[in-house]
Amino acid sequence: MRNPFYTRGEPFIWATGASLALVLAMTFLLIWVVLRNGLGVFWPATLELVELRDGSVLLGERVREDDSRPGRHRIQYKIGNRDLYGLDFRWIDTADIAAVRKPTEAVTVERQEYGNFYGFLRDLRLADIPAPAAELPIWQRLQRALAVVRKRQESIDKLARTIAAINTETEQIDNRIARLRYRGIAETDARLQRLRKQRQEAQSRFEAAVEELNAKSTALAANVAVFADAAGTEKIIPLPEVVRILQPNQMAFADKLRYYGARVWELLTDEPRESNTEGGLFPAIFGTVMLVFLMSILSFPLGVIAGIYLREYAREGLAVRLVRIAVNNLAGIPSIVYGIFGLGFFVYGIGSTIDQLFFPERLPTPTFGTGGILWASLTLGLLTVPVVIVATEEALGAIPSGVREGSLALGATKFQTLYKLLVPMASPGIMTGFILAMARAAGEVAPLMITGVVKLAPALPVDGTFPYLHLDRKFMHLGFHIYDIGFQSPNVEAAMPMVYVTTLLLLAIVVAMCSIAIVLRNHMKRKYALGSV
Amino acid sequence: MSDSPASIVSIDDPIVRVEHLSLYYGVKQALFDITFDIPRHRVTALIGPSGCGKSTLIRCFNRMNDLIDELRIEGKILLDGRNIYDPTEDVIRLRSKVGMVFQKSNPFPKSIYENVVYGLRIAGEKRKEVLDEVVEQSLARAALWDEVKDRLHESAMGLSGGQMQRLCIARAIAVRPEIILMDEPCSALDPLSTSRIEDLIRELRGDYTIIIVTHNMQQAARVSDYTAFMYLGKLVEFGPTEEIFTLPKKKETEDYITGRFG
Repeated sequence: MRNPFYTRGEPFIWATGASLALVLAMTFLLIWVVLRNGLGVFWPATLELVELRDGSVLLGERVREDDSRPGRHRIQYKIGNRDLYGLDFRWIDTADIAAVRKPTEAVTVERQEYGNFYGFLRDLRLADIPAPAAELPIWQRLQRALAVVRKRQESIDKLARTIAAINTETEQIDNRIARLRYRGIAETDARLQRLRKQRQEAQSRFEAAVEELNAKSTALAANVAVFADAAGTEKIIPLPEVVRILQPNQMAFADKLRYYGARVWELLTDEPRESNTEGGLFPAIFGTVMLVFLMSILSFPLGVIAGIYLREYAREGLAVRLVRIAVNNLAGIPSIVYGIFGLGFFVYGIGSTIDQLFFPERLPTPTFGTGGILWASLTLGLLTVPVVIVATEEALGAIPSGVREGSLALGATKFQTLYKLLVPMASPGIMTGFILAMARAAGEVAPLMITGVVKLAPALPVDGTFPYLHLDRKFMHLGFHIYDIGFQSPNVEAAMPMVYVTTLLLLAIVVAMCSIAIVLRNHMKRKYALGSV
Repeated sequence: MSDSPASIVSIDDPIVRVEHLSLYYGVKQALFDITFDIPRHRVTALIGPSGCGKSTLIRCFNRMNDLIDELRIEGKILLDGRNIYDPTEDVIRLRSKVGMVFQKSNPFPKSIYENVVYGLRIAGEKRKEVLDEVVEQSLARAALWDEVKDRLHESAMGLSGGQMQRLCIARAIAVRPEIILMDEPCSALDPLSTSRIEDLIRELRGDYTIIIVTHNMQQAARVSDYTAFMYLGKLVEFGPTEEIFTLPKKKETEDYITGRFG
């Protein structure tokens, strides 16, 4: 045979196939790990009562098991009760286990603080709540009492919102006072007097509300349930502390499903608790979506216009070639560098200038001169604009010159040709650029950490107080959330399920946003498809 | 070889007069001192071997060459007595008077209807009844109406090659130009489509002045009234088609026509 085997090309074909398979395998592995660990987090786990050979007992959820050494099998239990034991998790050697039971009366209590409690319900001590009929089983009495507590809690929550509103009001009055003072208004001025009076009045309302809140909370907290852990140690839990209580070992499948749905709903709509390891992720979801949205509004038009200029108007030459190289290289700069640039240029440069020009009375407290969602999205915009420019340029370049000439020959100006034909025809390609840019922006964390993301934001960037859109506010972000709870949390092991859930959610959001863009692009493709030109 | 006036026939009432036209791409000269008149409401064919400058010349009539950087033009092209290269000339108006059909049919990725009214829409015409009428007239003129009248709002990209080219002709005549430039309109078409386009050119002759570039000498003989033979950027001979093909005055013309080179 004269030709060596490799000139026939088969090895190359195998190599291409193998590369693709490898990439796919890694992608699926990642998705599988996230799905496997993320989807099961909210499924109510069976509680096991483990009796050890040394006579001690423990109650908990089986988390995972492995062979620590050959022949030595061990199981990790989540035993909860952080306030009692200090640790949430324990490894148990299988050899030490004398017996494992699944008592039906074991309860899981999700608490506002200290994580889960695992144990047994012993007693119910109600203070100001009408006691349910004593002949009912204790479990049902607890449920009824909880329902009443929740109703009362709602009115307390309402009070808390009122207090927050008074706070905002006070802050606004303070700002107005500061502004008047800054303008050199005499202390005796009527306006200043009036504002002071308003502030005093707000302050007294605030104090009254706080007092009422404290009184109500204390009263409600006097209603308690008594639990015992596996070893019999008593634990008194005030009913307002109870988020959810369940007996997982006697739940039917439908109950579990309902519980799962409730937890997912909580995740999507609620605020986080327990230094972000429990509760919902709504502020982070909102922050992520709004960040990408703002970034798109700020960066996409700029990128498209710049791309149009480079391809259609700029005279091809050394300068344009240099610009193109520069733009392509911008896409390769590490994102943390963009973050530092954003901090220096947007936050300290533009933000401080805005503060000096428009909010001088609040200085040295910065308004825009500190990280915020506006600066973070501008930084991300800077990061993604090269992708959009390149995509726009390439999409325009792919349009056959015959279309341009045909339009010009009919008496169209260059601008008419652009907006009637070229931009619509390039739109699928431009959309591809948008999709790439959005996916990249949604996944970036590093530049956000120094331009305005926080682990717990006190308020959303959009709310009911004037001017409704608060671009100066700090925000939460799913990507940062993963980093924060996964690696900065004091209790990493307990936070781990939440890391998977957050990752799953972030992936889902990116996929959802990209899917919308892809549907739009396919629609445009059908509309402006070039058949044979 | 020379382009002495002897080889240039005089035309009564020409629509376009080309006077001493020279064209340079940077330092490279592509057209050399071309002078001839184009008769009104006739078909004038530009023939010659590849690279002789016939496409460059036809693109001068609607200033399509403006798109090229570093292009320089000397001499004049007078359209109804006005130099179209005058700095005050409005290129947009010129192009609405001088339509063009390209070698590769280039319908826009829009509906058939929108393709035809494109020129009118950008000129600001909005009245639907006017647009509807123009669509029917132009498509009928381009012998396409019967084939597409039931699918005017479907994409033009679904048409066959020949239909696309006729659509481009309809699109060009929709803006009612005085002159239609055709740059090898049939070179990408099959013989049947070609013959339909040729029929169309003969029909349009009464109302429009047509300038057609063609590689195909039989086509020039079939459709044109006048023929200009170009060689190496120079106009070698211009005259009634019959004379050029039967009694060429120049040796280069005869050589080309009889197939000794080209």
